[in-house]
Amino acid sequence: MFFGVPAQALFGQLLIGLINGSFYAMLSLGLSVIFGLLNIINFNHGALYMMGAFVAYFLLQWAGLGYWCALLIAPIVIGLVGVVLERTMLKRLYHLDHLYGLLLTFGLALVIQGAFRHAFGSSGLPYTIPGELAGGRNLGFMFLPNYRAWVIVCSLVVCFGTWYVIERTKLGSYLRAATENPTLVRAFGVNVPRMITLTYGFGVALAALAGVLAAPIYQVNPLMGADLIIVVFAVVVIGGLGSIMGSIVTGFALGIVEGLTKVFYPEASNTVIFVIMAVVLLVRPAGLFGRER
Amino acid sequence: MSTGDTHAEAQEPAATATVPHHQVVAFVLMVAFFTAAPFFVYPVFLMKALCFGLFACAFGLLIGYVGLLSFGHAAFLGTAGYVTAHAAKVWGWSPELAIAAGTALAGALGLVVGALAIRSRGIYFANITLAFAQMIYFFCVQVPFTHGEDGIQAVPRGTLLGLLDLHTETAMYFAVLAIFVAGFLLIYRTIHSPFGQVLKAIRENEPRAISLGYRADRYKLLAFVLSAALSGLAGGTKALVFQLASLTDVHWTMSGEVVLMTLLGGLGTVFGPVVGALIMVTLEHYLAQLGAWITIVQGAIFVVCVLTFRRGVVGEVARLLKKPL
Repeated sequence: MFFGVPAQALFGQLLIGLINGSFYAMLSLGLSVIFGLLNIINFNHGALYMMGAFVAYFLLQWAGLGYWCALLIAPIVIGLVGVVLERTMLKRLYHLDHLYGLLLTFGLALVIQGAFRHAFGSSGLPYTIPGELAGGRNLGFMFLPNYRAWVIVCSLVVCFGTWYVIERTKLGSYLRAATENPTLVRAFGVNVPRMITLTYGFGVALAALAGVLAAPIYQVNPLMGADLIIVVFAVVVIGGLGSIMGSIVTGFALGIVEGLTKVFYPEASNTVIFVIMAVVLLVRPAGLFGRER
Repeated sequence: MSTGDTHAEAQEPAATATVPHHQVVAFVLMVAFFTAAPFFVYPVFLMKALCFGLFACAFGLLIGYVGLLSFGHAAFLGTAGYVTAHAAKVWGWSPELAIAAGTALAGALGLVVGALAIRSRGIYFANITLAFAQMIYFFCVQVPFTHGEDGIQAVPRGTLLGLLDLHTETAMYFAVLAIFVAGFLLIYRTIHSPFGQVLKAIRENEPRAISLGYRADRYKLLAFVLSAALSGLAGGTKALVFQLASLTDVHWTMSGEVVLMTLLGGLGTVFGPVVGALIMVTLEHYLAQLGAWITIVQGAIFVVCVLTFRRGVVGEVARLLKKPL
């Protein structure tokens, strides 16, 4: 018992919090990477997350390719979709106010979600946990399903891998330089437009990867990204827009906070993230890890 | 949104004492249209258009003249609807008092959200208002007086000022029209007042406006509160028209819809939001039986507007006439 709460319930909710946190972190990381270079809030991130899960479902149903193939193929497919979207549409808006980018991606999200809802209805399609990760283990104080442990580990590896590439490698230094001053970086002979395209593709590929990871947990549902993305926006605001480490840390931390709220004060579990956001904005308007631009 | 590509604004004259001729003509045409329309078209449909028209005008004030894109305006529309519905049904208040209560609460909510959000700009502002609206949405889902998924149903329309029984469609329609025209004129007056000129100056160049001695944050906050309160007026009226206040009006899709109406009609135009609302309500009416298609069509309109039609319907007309509308 902890503060009158059974340990089982506490650890159970902590685990759910960590799982949610894994998805918050991966999605807000993608948003941050995209925002850093393109200066747009990618509103269709949730829709592409959903499409990632659907690609996994299609691969299984139509091609007989299982979870592990999907984990590799879905991000590539959605990344290509992202590249096409950037080349054909987003590119035309860079000379305009950044808000047009938000409006365009909002429209795209409506089209994508509407189309999937039209084709597959609003109920979830089941996606089974791969055999290798079925079952779970008893840790003594709680039961840990293997698949959930895998999601957390996978998300941590992907997030910190991305952080390492951006903050510690030469490729990442180009990216950071282009974020600061694209014109100057271009003058040095770096192909910035191509970098922008690939960055967008990478950001949405992260969303698709999160979608595949989520498929066995939440089922595959056309609306799975719609409400999640609003929470992720709040996470991004709390962490500070464009901050890589900020989005990873706040993503996981807020997942855990949300889980704990479910234990101690369930009524507030939906709103707690938004309340934290209001407080953070009062104290640090640029977010916990962000800088004023 | 500093719209460098809307031609109409560039030619906008400074605050003048007289209202430009063509705008009077446009206004008279609009009022004439809405006065004659209920004799040809289903009044409830028109009332919906009028409520959304007022809502879009209130939203358009903020984006078109202050340059702030709020992605959470549904919060004001929806909560005002709940308050009006609750006041009219449970407390038995008269319609004018119930609507006033809804408007006042939306304004107060606008003051709180605005005070927190106004310190940021652009995308940050959009994101923050969206998150606050979502917070309010979850609040509305949980508190008992909104009746969750059911909403507040069978709200009595009552008798306006103790004189006019609103239960007939014609009486209700002209009451809604009066509210709409009053709200529209208030917005028009605000835009063309010295206060509105300062707002435009802040939109174009905020540091410069500050250096001239204007307290930009206060001006923006006041505009935000005004916009929120007028959205509340639209929401309260809508609740009485449909005798229903539900979660739909608080959900973020509604916030997106009002952005679309304003964008489609023309950002930075006075009449644009009304035209945009009319088009969207008509579309929804005809596409209602097609289910998910409505979302696809809305999204497609969004994409087309942003990519190729950024001036909107009224913006294009104004460009052809070479006069701001």
